[in-house]
Amino acid sequence: MDVLLVLVPVALSLGLLGLLAFLWSLRSGQFDDLDGAGSRILFDDDLDAAPRARSTRPPPP
Amino acid sequence: MIANAAARTAPACAHCGARLGASETARFCCSGCAQAHALIERLGLDSYYARRVLDPDARAPKPEPESALLAADPPAADADGIATGHYMVDGLHCAACVWLIEQSLLHQPGVISARLNMTTRRLALRWKPAEAAGDPSAVVARLGYRLAPFDAARLAGADRGAESELLRCLAVAGFAAGNIMLLSVSVWSGAVGEMGPATRDLMHWISALIALPAVAYAGRPFFRSAVAALGAGRTNMDVPISLGVLLATAMSLFETAASGAHAYFDSAVTLLFFLLIGRYLDRRARGRARGAAELLAALDAATAGGLAADGTITRVAADKLRLGDLVLVAAGERVPADGRVVAGRSEIDTSVVTGESQPVAVAAGDAVFAGTVNLGAPLRLEVTACGKGTLLSEIVRLMEAAEQGRARHVALADRVARLYAPVVHLLAAATFAGWMLLDAGWHAALMNAVAVLIITCPCALALAVPVAQVIATGRLMRRGILLKNATALERLADIDTIVFDKTGTLTEGRPALVEPRAVDTAALARAASIAANSRHPLARALTASAEARLGHAVAATEGVVEVPGQGLALGEERLGSRAFCSVDGDEPATGGDGPELWFARPGLRPVRFLFADRLKADAAACVGLLARHGFALELLSGDRAPVVATVAAEAGLTQWRAAQTPVDKVARLKQLSGEGRKTLMVGDGINDAPALAAALVSASPAAASDIARVAADAVFQGDRLGPVAELLDVARRAQRVVRENLALAIGYNLVAVPLAMAGFLTPLIAAIAMSGSSLVVVVNALRLNRDRTRG
Repeated sequence: MDVLLVLVPVALSLGLLGLLAFLWSLRSGQFDDLDGAGSRILFDDDLDAAPRARSTRPPPP
Repeated sequence: MIANAAARTAPACAHCGARLGASETARFCCSGCAQAHALIERLGLDSYYARRVLDPDARAPKPEPESALLAADPPAADADGIATGHYMVDGLHCAACVWLIEQSLLHQPGVISARLNMTTRRLALRWKPAEAAGDPSAVVARLGYRLAPFDAARLAGADRGAESELLRCLAVAGFAAGNIMLLSVSVWSGAVGEMGPATRDLMHWISALIALPAVAYAGRPFFRSAVAALGAGRTNMDVPISLGVLLATAMSLFETAASGAHAYFDSAVTLLFFLLIGRYLDRRARGRARGAAELLAALDAATAGGLAADGTITRVAADKLRLGDLVLVAAGERVPADGRVVAGRSEIDTSVVTGESQPVAVAAGDAVFAGTVNLGAPLRLEVTACGKGTLLSEIVRLMEAAEQGRARHVALADRVARLYAPVVHLLAAATFAGWMLLDAGWHAALMNAVAVLIITCPCALALAVPVAQVIATGRLMRRGILLKNATALERLADIDTIVFDKTGTLTEGRPALVEPRAVDTAALARAASIAANSRHPLARALTASAEARLGHAVAATEGVVEVPGQGLALGEERLGSRAFCSVDGDEPATGGDGPELWFARPGLRPVRFLFADRLKADAAACVGLLARHGFALELLSGDRAPVVATVAAEAGLTQWRAAQTPVDKVARLKQLSGEGRKTLMVGDGINDAPALAAALVSASPAAASDIARVAADAVFQGDRLGPVAELLDVARRAQRVVRENLALAIGYNLVAVPLAMAGFLTPLIAAIAMSGSSLVVVVNALRLNRDRTRG
């Protein structure tokens, strides 16, 4: 039963890690647009192929 | 649905997908679509057409000639020379629309970033005004979407915060529930095996370590609501929930400290987890419905062309107008405030205020009311009333009076909670007293009493109503019906009488050419190409009818001169009023009364185009369906009797009343409720608002006046009446599911409570019973999502 003393904290800290990761992603706005984010990746691919396409990043000063 | 099947086979407009007529060569249904298509090709974004998924039921992204960007002060640039604007976008279908809008904006000079949130339909745009040519967001309107600026700081307020707080609570409760359940399962399996008391206590202590902070954090939404209810001297579902969770935690902590065999940490936290799921879904569905309603309101935000002393025109918000301000109302615009005509001569459509379908002629000195539409030439108005003095505020007072008379509906869940909480607490007290009488000792008696409180903690009961409502609301929302009020579904389920307004509800609320098939095609095509130069409502109606009749876009002819308030001239050809076209007084006006345009060409007989407000495409079918389902139907209109009688006959309504003032309408609804009828009022006009407030439930189309939408419980989108039938059907089914769920939850209690009172309850039984009953309730509610063929 001594193994419990190691395994339970390990299991708990792993779970806690997941919880913290979720709370972080929530805070950083990754759950703001659940409908759009899934499809966005499909379209961004050939952005460079489009004529005169520009990056969404601000241009370097 | 029949039209959709046809749309797939018939040639369709290359931009909006609308069905085209017989013409084989045309690619577009209207000039707006042709321009949008050209714009997309020029930007090199034509892969949009391959990527999008057009929903045949939804409104096509069809550019309307008047859909220019709503006037607003463009956001000022900050210190770095960058301006940030926030907009709401209407007309999004799928992710391809998001892509198209973002890409077309990024192609505009000066735009730094454009990000469109598909869930909230909000667009954040950053650009450098110094490099941009005007406001870059105008391109979105040209693509066929509607844009409205909004104040991001104001909207990012309280409700968004509440939703993310619930999600955080949900995450914490989920984490705690999962881990405690893991420990509990080992205790339960160890109880019949060889787990020693020391190991069991360790497990309990670790559970307590997880559960205590989790309950303290994730239980706050319930505790707050329970405290608020108790403070107000009431009790709601959150009182027994909070009590159950807190007692279960406290008792388990006590038992753990005393090295007892049973701890209910898992029950307490799992309960919170399930309830938070229901609460979060509920909040999200409501937030979405409210967001959509806000979008509608923002899109219609009234602005006025204010006239400065030097004659320049600036756009100002209608509610900023002051007494004595001069306003210019262009043709086709809404009158922004009650006022007096200073200069100009025109016709005013007052149907939204009075229901009267015949336009009223006005000249200098006449009074006009806010909300009416200027059909003719531009008018200069002097604002004579604002704030409390306006006709609109008169209507609002009438509406508030009607609302006070409306019986306050108490939600079913609250009615159940009012009974449930005292009964449960009495049962627990009886358990304690019973065990004390049996000399079981105060410890055992208290344990059993607390066990009763834990097992009756109304998990299934608290989920029974919201889950059904969330699923029903979500289903309605996908069909374009927004439920604004939480108890609207319950009230809708009892409806037996439906009262309709005429203009804009049964009818489309805008003029359309009467019998376009009877008109000579060549004359129609020629007149439409002249009319395409004007924004006058009748000219637009003529162009639209011609495009529908001819099956292709009509190009505007060049060289047309518009004479405001009279008509259009192209050389010797004239399109406009009877006098403008110099039509003889004895030329017969066949086909009846109504707004008209004459088309005179040299050497040819003048052609008369008669306009009328057409019945909505599915109005008659919908009325027939509702009548077959046993609803009593009635038409209340402010219009004149002959017009109302015609519309009633066309729609198949036998009960109708004409020339009803707002006061008459309220009186009729009061009379109906006095007869014990449960009334649904469907209306859209300013004059309907008091009646909407007086009815048990009310619905209004999305195109309705602002005040009608505020008064209505439900708002439905689109040009059809079908949503009313859908609304009633879903409400009745949801109510049936709610009743079944309540029966299931109470049945569960009838089994579980005697067990707890008898002292047989263990944490294992509690966990199985509570999770089981919650799942049964949720699965039962999910049946609402299934499509069912109606008998």
